[in-house]
Formats: sequence, C-alpha cells, structure tokens
Amino acid sequence: MSFHAALRNGTKSIFLRVEEAFDAPFGGQDNPLRHLGAMGLYLLWIVVGSGLYLYTVLDTGIDAVYNSIGYLSHEQWYLGGVLRSLHRYASDGFMLVMMLHLVREWSYGRYYGFRLYSWMTGIPLIWLAYIAGIGGYWIVWDQLAQVSATATTELLDWLPIFSEPSARNFISPGAINDRFFTVLIFIHLGVPLLLILGLWAHVHRVAHLDYLPTRRVMLATAAALTLLALFRPALSNPPADLAIVPGKLAFDWFILFIHPLTDLTSPALVWTLLFALTALLFALPLLPHAKAQPVAVVDPANCTGCDRCHVDCPYAAISMAPHPDRPGYQLAVVDADLCASCGICAGSCPSSTPFRRRETLITGIDMPQLPVNALRQQLEQALAQLAGRTRIVVFSCARGARATPLGGADTAVIDLICTGMLPPAFVEYALRGGADGVLVTACRSGGCDFRLGERWTGERLLGEREPHLRHSVPGSRLQLWLGSASDSSTLAAALAEFRARIETLGVANDRLPSYLRRASHHA
Amino acid sequence: MLKPAAIVGQVILYGAFAAFIGYFATSPTYHQIPDDVALIKLSISHLGARECRKRTPEELAKMPPNMRAPMDCPRERSDIQLEVDLDGKDVFRTVLHPTGLYKDGVSTVYKRFEVKAGSHQLTVRMDDNLVKPGFDYVKDEPITLAPRQVMVIDFNPDQGGLFFK
Repeated sequence: MSFHAALRNGTKSIFLRVEEAFDAPFGGQDNPLRHLGAMGLYLLWIVVGSGLYLYTVLDTGIDAVYNSIGYLSHEQWYLGGVLRSLHRYASDGFMLVMMLHLVREWSYGRYYGFRLYSWMTGIPLIWLAYIAGIGGYWIVWDQLAQVSATATTELLDWLPIFSEPSARNFISPGAINDRFFTVLIFIHLGVPLLLILGLWAHVHRVAHLDYLPTRRVMLATAAALTLLALFRPALSNPPADLAIVPGKLAFDWFILFIHPLTDLTSPALVWTLLFALTALLFALPLLPHAKAQPVAVVDPANCTGCDRCHVDCPYAAISMAPHPDRPGYQLAVVDADLCASCGICAGSCPSSTPFRRRETLITGIDMPQLPVNALRQQLEQALAQLAGRTRIVVFSCARGARATPLGGADTAVIDLICTGMLPPAFVEYALRGGADGVLVTACRSGGCDFRLGERWTGERLLGEREPHLRHSVPGSRLQLWLGSASDSSTLAAALAEFRARIETLGVANDRLPSYLRRASHHA
Repeated sequence: MLKPAAIVGQVILYGAFAAFIGYFATSPTYHQIPDDVALIKLSISHLGARECRKRTPEELAKMPPNMRAPMDCPRERSDIQLEVDLDGKDVFRTVLHPTGLYKDGVSTVYKRFEVKAGSHQLTVRMDDNLVKPGFDYVKDEPITLAPRQVMVIDFNPDQGGLFFK
C-alpha cells in the first residue's frame, strides 16, 4: 500500500469513527459531519445575509468605516452587533467546514472518476473563500486590518505581478484614501459572488442535492452562533495607524493564519506551499486509484422511458432522449463519465421485476457486473437450497456491514453493489419463493457511499417511492436494517432477533401464495 | 422525538463547535514584533537615469524636420545601486533593475528591517546612474525610534532625494 493510500485510509477511519459516534446524539439526517457541504452552504447564507445588513450601514472612508462598524457593536449591539458577530463567526465556521469537507472527500476517495468534476471545481473555491475572508478583515480598518493589509501586500509583492510594490500603498498614514474602501467593498462583494457562482458549478452535476442541512441542524447552528455572538461579540481592535506596528492583537486563526506563517517562514516558502498544495489537489486524480467499474447499460427494447432511473440517479448521469425505435417514447441515456456504477438505476427500473417469466431477465437499465438476471438466478438457487425452520434471505450492501459470514443452511446472503439496486419486487419474490423472512441491510442513514441508496431503499420498501413494494407483502416478514461496515458485529444479533420474531408469528397466516415463475403468465 | 441523552449530546457538541469557533476567532493573540522593536521600511520607486547624447548638426539635418530632437536618449534606464548602513554596519546592499521588457520602467525596492528601538545612525546611499562613479544621493543622519514605530526611507526628487519619515 502506498503512503498516500495509507494516509487516506487512516484519515478515513478517523472520520468514520467520529461520524458514527456523532450518529448517536444526532442521527444520520441531523449529523453535521455527514452533511458538511450543506453545512457550508448554510453558513455561507448566514454570511451573505448578515453581510447585506452590514453593507447597508457601512460608511466608506478611512475614519468613517471604523466608526460605523464600531457603532454597530457598541450602540446597536442587539442587532448590528449580533449580525456583525454572526458575519465573522459564520465565516470562520465556513472555513472550518470547507476544510473538513475537503479532507473528508479526499479520505473517502471522492476525487476521481465520476466525482472528478466536483473535485476540480471545488479547488478554486478555497482560494476565493480566503480572498473574500482576508479582504473582509481589511474593511474594518483597525489594527488587525492594518497587519493583514500590510502582510498580504508584502506577500503578493514576492510574486512578479506588480511593477511597483503594492505594499507601498500602506507605507504611511497618508498613503491610502477614502476611495480605497469603496474599491475594497466592491471586491468584498464581487469575490463572494464569484464564490457562489463557483459553488453552483461545483454541485450542479449532483442530483437531489441537500442545499441546506435539516431544519433542526439549521436552528441549532444558528442558535449556537447567536449565543456566541451575544456572549463573545466580535469587536474591532484599535483603529489602524500606519505609523506604528500594532501590538498584541486578537487574531482570527481560521482566516488570517497565513500572516503568522509568513512571518515565521518567508513569502517564498508560503507561496511554494500554497501553489504546491493547489497543484497536489489538482493532481490527486492522477494518482493510482481503484479501477472504474462498468457503468450502467440501457437496453432500448426493455426501456419504457418511465424516467424513474433518471429521477433516482444520485449523480445526474442519466438523461432522457427520444426513443430511436418507438415514436413518442423516451429512452434513458447514460453518461459514462458521470455514472457511479452503483446500480440504483437498475433498482428503480420497473422492468427489473423478477416475476417476469422470461428465462433471461433483461431489464431496461442494468449493471454488467451484476445484472438483474444474475441476481434472480442467485436468489432462485439460494431459495432452492434453503432449509431449516426459518429460512431467511439477506440482501446486503457490499459497502455496508459484512453479511456474508451469516450465510448458512437457513440463511442465504445476496450481496449487492449498493442496496439501492434492489428492485423491491425481489423481496416479494423471495417470500413467495419459500423464504420466511427477508432482511435488507443498507448503510447508516446519510452514510451511503452513493449518497441515496439507503434512502431510496427505505422509501421503496415503505411504498413511498416507485417502484414500491406491494402492500400485500406482510411487514412482519421484512426487516430493513441500517448499519455501516463497523456495525458488522451487531448484524448477527439483528438477524437472530428477526428470526426469533418470525418464529413467534406461530402458524403463518400471513404467508404469500407461492410463486413458480416457469408456470406463471408474466411477460 | 429526541431522547434526553441525545439532546444533551447535541447541546454539548453544538456548544463545543461554538466554543471552538469563538476561541480561535480571537485567540491566541498575535504579536507581529516584540514591544522593544521598531520597523524601518525601505520603499523606493524611482526611474534610473539615462545616458543621453547630443546629436550633431549633421545628424539632425538628415532627420525629418518634425523629428529633429536635439538629444538622443535610449529607452533603457540605468540600474540603481542602493546601500543602507545602520550604526556603521551595512544592513542592505542591492542593485535595482528597471522593470519592463525594454528596461524602461521604474526600479523599485520594498524591504523591512526590524531594529531595536532607540537612537541609531542611519545612512542611505543611492546611485541612479551607474555609468558615473559615486553616489548621487546620500542621506546620513541620527534617528530615534520609539518602540513599534514605523520609519520609512523613501525617495522623491522633488523633496531633495532621499528622505526619512
């Protein structure tokens, strides 16, 4: 294993442990670590909203800007002061969440293949976020702004981009004028607008995106930041004076850490570090990584153009186009560059029902590495071999808890690429084919590697999403169990409990009539 | 419905998030230079001299009437030699090169020196025409720097050349 792979796996295991620990108090949907992107967007909207208010009350001018911001903190602390503090703390939170999001996505290996576009478009956003953040500190024009402005221009001057050193603009008290702040505010509005535009590009190839975290998470985050704003309001340092070097300063390490780093090292080292890190992030997809799996394949003869796969695909890899042979019908088209090879589309296809009588089950959209026909064959063989008092079929996710060791005479385990690829009719097929119960395992809520597998599975089995499990299937004989790979040890207990529950049903009066495909009349 | 333990857990974790943000948004404090130190910023932007030559009457006669400039000045500017001494010790020696593809732009320098606050003897020498020997501009005077004071060494021909402020 390469050093990079070892580092990535180590980081991933840390993230997994913390995320799963956070599941206990938060649950999957409210777990902020599982929704860092949405958290970042939410914090950005707080920054934008509070910033709009600050913009309306800000006076531009060397003294005016300092006084007008100071007025908010001291005279209008209950509104302007709180909003100013929220602006600062949400910005810091955004930086923190952004970096966590970056490290998490890297550690989960989400930087190549179908995720390449999101990865590449995300990298420039880090630069934009820091440009906006550092520029925001200058607007206050206090001693911290002075340090940041001087240090930033000195850093920029190391690059051969200005004919005259830009640091000369902050050389002495008379060096800057009121117009400087007008330009600064223009930049501080423009760069975040670019950031928002870049964010749109960053996420626009992701379907069913959580643009915001859940209402509960939003309220709790807003409450935490508001309390922080009230108890520790963001205040200005003394006004800037270019004739002296400021003394000790309250310092924002989330945004301005680059200045002490430059003071400690040198501009050359800092630029080398920044450019090298950026280049490394861009080059990561070129490093050795897992081989791409075969992508979904559409069979025009069996595609009805219903567009369920188009709706359910987590990565917007499927579009609908006019059917070439059937006028008035549509046909699913797979974009191989975007396809995650998860099989969720095969699970959504109404043609994937195993009740079809054909000897070879060809569905509308399928996975070459695990076709629905192979899945049916596997299930039929397993059902034929099952013995014992309570026969259970387990459909499990290959990326979730390991179910294979649970296989035995009375338990058949069928591994899926993602549980989302399970057509719900397979549950009924198993029960009518001789199983006493079906256990479906999926990843923890919000923990699906393909984003939506566990969610779609749950909704389909509950009849809330098409294709749904027929209502005639008795709920007592079906168990949906959510767990990650680290929950493998508890899966055995869950299976035993399920088996015991079925056994207590006594004489089965909720059994579905058995079904023999070869004797049926399905097409 | 959330269990009480989950509510407590969430309160603790959201509180930790806010505390983490609140602490590192202002702390630990940063001190750019020690209290007993002052800063000298050398910041000069100046066009080096050009070696112009007077055209002869014969040369002028050969030129179109509207282009008979009496002096022939090249685009290129001279490098600038700069020296800074503090208390008799050299602290900075450099030769500034003109900017621009044709070396016809300004020569610039921006440098900062941290020095102990107190009295010092500061000497700055500048030669903006390296063809001619010797320094054209010299400023040598005692200075007193207060702690954390910023003193700038600049150049402006309209203010007599080199000056400290």
